[in-house]
Amino acid sequence: MSYDVQAIRQQFPILNQEIHGRPLVYLDNAATAQKPIAVIDAISDYYLNYNANVHRGVHTLSQRATDAMEAVREDVRAHINAAETAEIIFTRGITDSINTIAFGMGALVKKGQNIVITAVEHHSNIVPWQMLCQRTGAELRHLPMNEHGEVVLDGIEEIIDQNTAMVAFNHISNALGTINPVEAILERAQKVGAWTLVDGAQSGPHAKVDVRAWDVDFFTLSSHKMYGPTGLGVLYGKRERLEALPPYQGGGEMIATVTLEESTYAGLPHKFEAGTPHIEGIIGFGAALKYINEVGIEAIAAHEKELLEYATQECSEIEGFRVIGDAKNKASVLSFVVDGTHPYDLGVLLDQQGVAVRTGQHCTQPIMDAFCIDGTARASFAMYNTKEEIDLFKAALEKAVTMLR
Amino acid sequence: MATIKERQEVLVEEFEFFDEWMDKYNHIIEMGKSLDALPEEKKNDDLLVQGCQSKVWLHAEKNGENVRFQADADAIIAKGIVAMLIDVFDNQPAKEVAAADLGFLEEIGLKDHLSPTRANGLMSMIKQMKFYALAFAG
Repeated sequence: MSYDVQAIRQQFPILNQEIHGRPLVYLDNAATAQKPIAVIDAISDYYLNYNANVHRGVHTLSQRATDAMEAVREDVRAHINAAETAEIIFTRGITDSINTIAFGMGALVKKGQNIVITAVEHHSNIVPWQMLCQRTGAELRHLPMNEHGEVVLDGIEEIIDQNTAMVAFNHISNALGTINPVEAILERAQKVGAWTLVDGAQSGPHAKVDVRAWDVDFFTLSSHKMYGPTGLGVLYGKRERLEALPPYQGGGEMIATVTLEESTYAGLPHKFEAGTPHIEGIIGFGAALKYINEVGIEAIAAHEKELLEYATQECSEIEGFRVIGDAKNKASVLSFVVDGTHPYDLGVLLDQQGVAVRTGQHCTQPIMDAFCIDGTARASFAMYNTKEEIDLFKAALEKAVTMLR
Repeated sequence: MATIKERQEVLVEEFEFFDEWMDKYNHIIEMGKSLDALPEEKKNDDLLVQGCQSKVWLHAEKNGENVRFQADADAIIAKGIVAMLIDVFDNQPAKEVAAADLGFLEEIGLKDHLSPTRANGLMSMIKQMKFYALAFAG
């Protein structure tokens, strides 16, 4: 069956509106994706029919809510091919996931060891490691990038060495769209026995990941970038790694026994899920995963690739248009500047014409510094975008540039 | 010489001419383009207005009882907005700048139209201009 983008658009009611009198063209999907009816309905259904706190109650609603939430844990496990559901932890998001690991490793990492990231990370995969290094005296290193925004593997054997405790990097860069050479980096890290973490913030909606094929220690996803609710992330960790880490936050749900003097902790995954979880979010995310898999993640990726190529080609006709990050392997992100214009001005004038893009540094100041720019405008594509929308985007961009020059 | 109030009335009349926000923006951009650029050596970080998303430099100096303003910005819409403020405030008595009510921003609709972060930027510019005026008036 061919890809029916109009049928998909029907499932996203928010897209059918006007902004400043123009049809909405939503191209800020790398920041957050819109939600299909299935997700909105799943959340409504939970509150209309079986809202209750989970895991503790003996009553029927609590049992229903618990079953629904735990069914999603199994769906996530299957989606990423983890070995068991105990390895799937629900967090507040990717930032929370990475902080959970970086905090826990504080008990394990020693001075003289190092942590390795790359030059194309989001702040959320930089700052927690800087904090870990400050606490422990470990050194923070990074794999550099070239002028295309690609991670350079030359010298990887000196950077990732016998003293590397953790190698943490994103699968796809949010600011540039670069798809990182995951296998090559993991191979080197695994050879020296370092722990590994892959940040799937941007890859979740576009690529199927098999954590056991990668043999990665930790992998993290963001619900709201995968057409699910905000405020929810997934942290996958190998059982032996999660068991080696102390819990990040204390409280209810994460304990086995508590006296006023001391507590013992619950087993996985509850050890890392202190407090009442984001139940509606988890249930909504389950619906989002189901929807993504119904449309087909490969089909979505192929559609987005076509859009990215079309947009890159069309916009390159605009004088002074420069793509920031032209890696060979890219996914659904078009980050750009137009000579003689400021990204903020482009953002305002595009918005006036109904087109939503992101402008600024995208939480990646080191990348902007490396390209010697203050920021970019970024158009990012999702399953529901169309070539007609890219035509509207291009026309709006041309008009903005004419006004600004 | 026109007072702060009269200068605001002129601006409101200019903007009444445009129905569409794209045209209003075009006018703001043109005002930004016409504003004399600050020399590079004056664009130091001390002059940056805090709280703007783009870089806005504001320079003020005393001219007798009056206050003179110069400004620049890296984004042209921000520059246009600061140009409007300069249009209203430049070479006016410091005391009056400090006390002025800027009703024209509401009349033009700019205040309601800007996103909260950009509206904060606008407020920061005004605050900084009044701060200089207050210092010179005292």
